[in-house]
Amino acid sequence: MAPPIDYETLRVIWWALMGVLLIGFALTDGFDLGVASLLPFVAKTDEERRMVINSVGATWEGNQVWFILGGGAIFAAWPFVYAVSFSGFYLAMFLVLAALILRPVGFKYRSKKPDPAWRSRWDWALFVGGFVPALVFGVAVGNVLAGVPFRLDGDLRSFYEGTLLGLFHHFSLLAGLLSVAMLVLHGSAWLAIKIERGAVHDRAKSFGQIAAVLAILLFAAGGVMVATMNMGFRTEGAVDPMGPSNPHLSTLVAARGAWLANYGAHPWMLLAPVLGFLGPVMALIGIRSKREVLAFGGSSFAAIGIISTVGLSMFPFILPSSIDPGSSLTVWNASSSHLTLFIMLLVTLVFLPIVLLYTAWVYKVLFGRVTTQDVRTNPDYY
Amino acid sequence: MVDMAVIELSRLQFALTALYHFLFVPLTLGLSFMLVIMESIYVMTDRPIWRVVTRFWAKLFAINFVLGVATGITMEFEFGTNWSYFSHYVGDIFGAPLAIEGLMAFFLEATFVGLMFFGWDKLSKRQHLFTTFMVALGSNLSALWILVANGWMQHPTGSHFNPETMRMEVTDFMAVLFNPVAQAKFVHTVSAGYVCASVFVLGVSSWYILKGKWVAVAKRSFTVAAAFGLASSLSVVVLGDESGYALTDNQKMKLASLEAMWHTEPAPAGIAIFGIPSMEGRETRYEIKIPYVLGLISTRSLTGEVSGINELVVKAETRIESGIKAYDAVEKLKVDRTDLVARAQFEQHKLDLGYAMLLKRFMPDPRSATPADIQKAAWTTVPNVPVMFWLFRVMAGLGFFFIAFFGAAFYIASIRRFGSSDGFFRLFMRTAVWIIPLPWLAIEFGWVLAEIGRQPWAIEGVLPTFLGASSLTVPQIWTTIIGFTLLYGALAVIEVRLMLAAIRHGPIEHHDGPDAPLHHGYAPLPAE
Repeated sequence: MAPPIDYETLRVIWWALMGVLLIGFALTDGFDLGVASLLPFVAKTDEERRMVINSVGATWEGNQVWFILGGGAIFAAWPFVYAVSFSGFYLAMFLVLAALILRPVGFKYRSKKPDPAWRSRWDWALFVGGFVPALVFGVAVGNVLAGVPFRLDGDLRSFYEGTLLGLFHHFSLLAGLLSVAMLVLHGSAWLAIKIERGAVHDRAKSFGQIAAVLAILLFAAGGVMVATMNMGFRTEGAVDPMGPSNPHLSTLVAARGAWLANYGAHPWMLLAPVLGFLGPVMALIGIRSKREVLAFGGSSFAAIGIISTVGLSMFPFILPSSIDPGSSLTVWNASSSHLTLFIMLLVTLVFLPIVLLYTAWVYKVLFGRVTTQDVRTNPDYY
Repeated sequence: MVDMAVIELSRLQFALTALYHFLFVPLTLGLSFMLVIMESIYVMTDRPIWRVVTRFWAKLFAINFVLGVATGITMEFEFGTNWSYFSHYVGDIFGAPLAIEGLMAFFLEATFVGLMFFGWDKLSKRQHLFTTFMVALGSNLSALWILVANGWMQHPTGSHFNPETMRMEVTDFMAVLFNPVAQAKFVHTVSAGYVCASVFVLGVSSWYILKGKWVAVAKRSFTVAAAFGLASSLSVVVLGDESGYALTDNQKMKLASLEAMWHTEPAPAGIAIFGIPSMEGRETRYEIKIPYVLGLISTRSLTGEVSGINELVVKAETRIESGIKAYDAVEKLKVDRTDLVARAQFEQHKLDLGYAMLLKRFMPDPRSATPADIQKAAWTTVPNVPVMFWLFRVMAGLGFFFIAFFGAAFYIASIRRFGSSDGFFRLFMRTAVWIIPLPWLAIEFGWVLAEIGRQPWAIEGVLPTFLGASSLTVPQIWTTIIGFTLLYGALAVIEVRLMLAAIRHGPIEHHDGPDAPLHHGYAPLPAE
C-alpha cells in the first residue's frame, strides 16, 4: 500500500511537527523550567516558596510530556537524529536527565517534612531541575548550529569525536544563556498571571524585565555571530527529496554564512526572527503596564520566534557534521520510511487535538491565582 | 570487531535503570485501578469513609508515582544514548509505539494526575472519579505501548530489512500492533502489577488490623485488595502461560532453556520441577520431571514436539550459513544499488541476515567464517540455561503462591473475621505484612527472564545485542552508571522513608500539625 501523501511532503510535515513539539515543550514545560530557575530568588519565605511551587504543581507533569513526546517523536520520525544526537551528547544528556529526575521528586517530596533544611535542599534541587535543562538545551542547539563532530561509517553506525567540555564554546554558551533568558522570561510571565499580587509577584516582574532585555540582546548577538563566524552548510548537486534515508547518497558541504541564505531565497521566513525580537518587547510592555496576559503572550511569541528561527535557518539540515559534512543529517536523508511517517501523521492528527482539549479543560478547572490562604489551608497543596 | 566491555556495561546500565524503573511501575498500574474501585464505591454509596480510604491510598500512590515518572524519562532516552545503532536500525518500527505511548497514554496519565491530587474541591464527585479513571487508563495504556515495542523485539513481525537504508522498516503496521507476543505480554505484565498493588494494600491493611489502628479503613481496603488480588493472581498465571506459547525459533530456545531441555523429547514432553543444569556439560543432572505437562502447555496438543537446545542450535547453524549469503548480497548492493543478481540473492536469504551478524562477534567480515566459527556462533544463541531455569521456577512458584494467598484473604474477607484473635487469622495477617516484597521479586525475575531469554538478540533473529550499542568509551559509561546508582540509591532511601512515614501516619488528614483545623467540613475518620 502506497501512502496517499508523497514522501517529500511527509518529510516536510514531520520536520514542521518536530518544531511544533519543541515549541509545545517551550510554551508549556518552558515556564515550569523558568519558574523552577526563579524559585530561590523570587520567593524568600517558606510560604512564598510554596506559592511558587504550587503555581505549577498540578500541571507541570502533563507539560513535561511534551518533552517525552518530543523524544519519542524524533525516535519514530527521525531515528537517525535520535541515535546520533543522543549518543553524541552522551554526558550532556546525562546531566539533563539527572536534573529532570530531581524535579518530580522535588515537587512531591519537598513539603512532606516541616524541617527547613530538608525544604531548602529540595528548593535548590528544583532550581537545578529547572536551570540545568534550560541551559543545556540551549547549549545543544548552539552546537547543532555550529555543527557536531560525528561521522557515519559504511554500515551507518555513528562515531562521535567530541568531548563534554568541547560542547561549551562561545557560541553555544550564548545560545544556552539565550535559552535560560527566554524560559525565565516565560516563567516570570506565568508567575505574574498565577500568583496573587504581592512580594513574589513584584519580584517575578523585576526578573521578567531583566530576562526580556537579555533575551533581546543575546538573540541579536547570536544573529551577529552566525553571520560573521564560519557557520553554515549547504547541499551540492542534485538532492532527491524522495530518496532513501541514507546520508551516503547525497553531497553536502560546509559553507560560510549559509545559515542566512534561506532568508534571501524565502523572505517570508524573516517573520521568525522578527517575532523573536517583538515577543520580548511585547512581554516587557505587558509587564510594565501590568497587563499580565499580554506579557505571557509576548514571552510565548518570543519562544515561537526564536525556536522557529533556528529551524528555518538550517532547513533542510537537522544535524550537520562539523568533521565530515557528508555525514550530515537532513530532512531528505534522515527520516523514517514513507509508511511510518504516514501512519505516525494519522496517529498525531487523531490524538494531538484530544490532548489539547483535555489539557485545556484541566487548566480551566485549575484557573485562578495561588494565594497565601491556599497554601495555608488546602491539604492537597505541596 | 566489537568492544565487549562497552556492550556489557551498556547492558548493565540498561538493566539497572529498567529494573529500578520497574520497582515503581507495577504499583502504579495496580494501585491506580484500586483507587478507581475505591472511589467508585465512594461515589455510589456516598459514605465518607470511602473518601478517606481513597485519599489515603492516593497519598501513597503519589509518593510512588513520581519516582516511576522520574525514572521513566531515563528509559525514553536511553535507547538513543546507549543503544544508538539499535535506534537507527529499528527506529522506523520501534520508535512508533514509544511515540504513540507519549501521545495516547502518558499525556493522559500525566495531565490528569495533577488534577487527581489538586482537584478534590474543584470538581464534582463524578468528575473526580473520571479524573482518577483517566490516570488508571493512561498508565495501563502506557504499559500496552511499551509492551508492543518490547513484543516486537521478541517477535519482529510486520517488517523487513531495506538494504538501501541499511535498517529494518515497517511493512505491516497492524502486524506490529496486533503482535500476539505483545498482547500476551501486556496482559501478563499488567496483571502482575495488579497482584503487586493488591499485596501491598493487603499487607499494609493487615498491619493496621494487627495494631488495632485505623481498622475501619483497613478492613475496607483489605476487602478490595483480597478480591482484586484473587482475580489478578489467577490472571497472571493463566496469561503467563499464554506467553509461554512458543511461536518463533528464539522463543523455542527460550522455552527449552528455561526448562533446561537439551534434547527434543518424544511428544508430549514432561516438565522439570527440579534439576541442576550445566552449561559446560550441556546436560541437566538430578532432574525430576512430571510427564506430559510441558508438551500440553506449550503446544496445546498431545502430539506437538517441544524442541530441545541441541536441535535448535543445529537449526541456527543452517540459518547462519544462509545469512552469510544475505550479508554478501547486502555488501554488493552497497557498492552497486542496481545489481540484480545480488538483489535476488538478498531476497532469497534476507530472513537469515541477522544470523550472519552473530559472527561479527568473532570476525569483522562474516563471509570469512569457517564451519568451526559457524558452530561456535550457533552456540551463542543459547541463553544462560541455569539462570533461566531457576528464575523461572522462583517466578512461577510465587505466582501459584499468590493464588493460594489471595484465596485465603478472600475467604477471610468474606466471613468478615478481621479482628479475630484466632491464631490462624493473626498468622495470616502477619504473613501478609512480611510478604510485601515478594511480588516485586517475582516481577523483577520476570523481566530478567524475558530479557536474558532473548539473548544474544536485541531484536530476535534480526540484530544481535552486541551490535546495538553506541560507540561510547568505558569511562563514559562508568560515569553514568555511577551517577545513576548514586542518584537512584539516594532517591530509593528517601522514597522508602517517606512511604513508611506516611503509612505510620495513617489516613488522618492534617497539614502542618495536629492542631491545624480540619478542612472542608468532613471528619477525617468517621467513627466505627
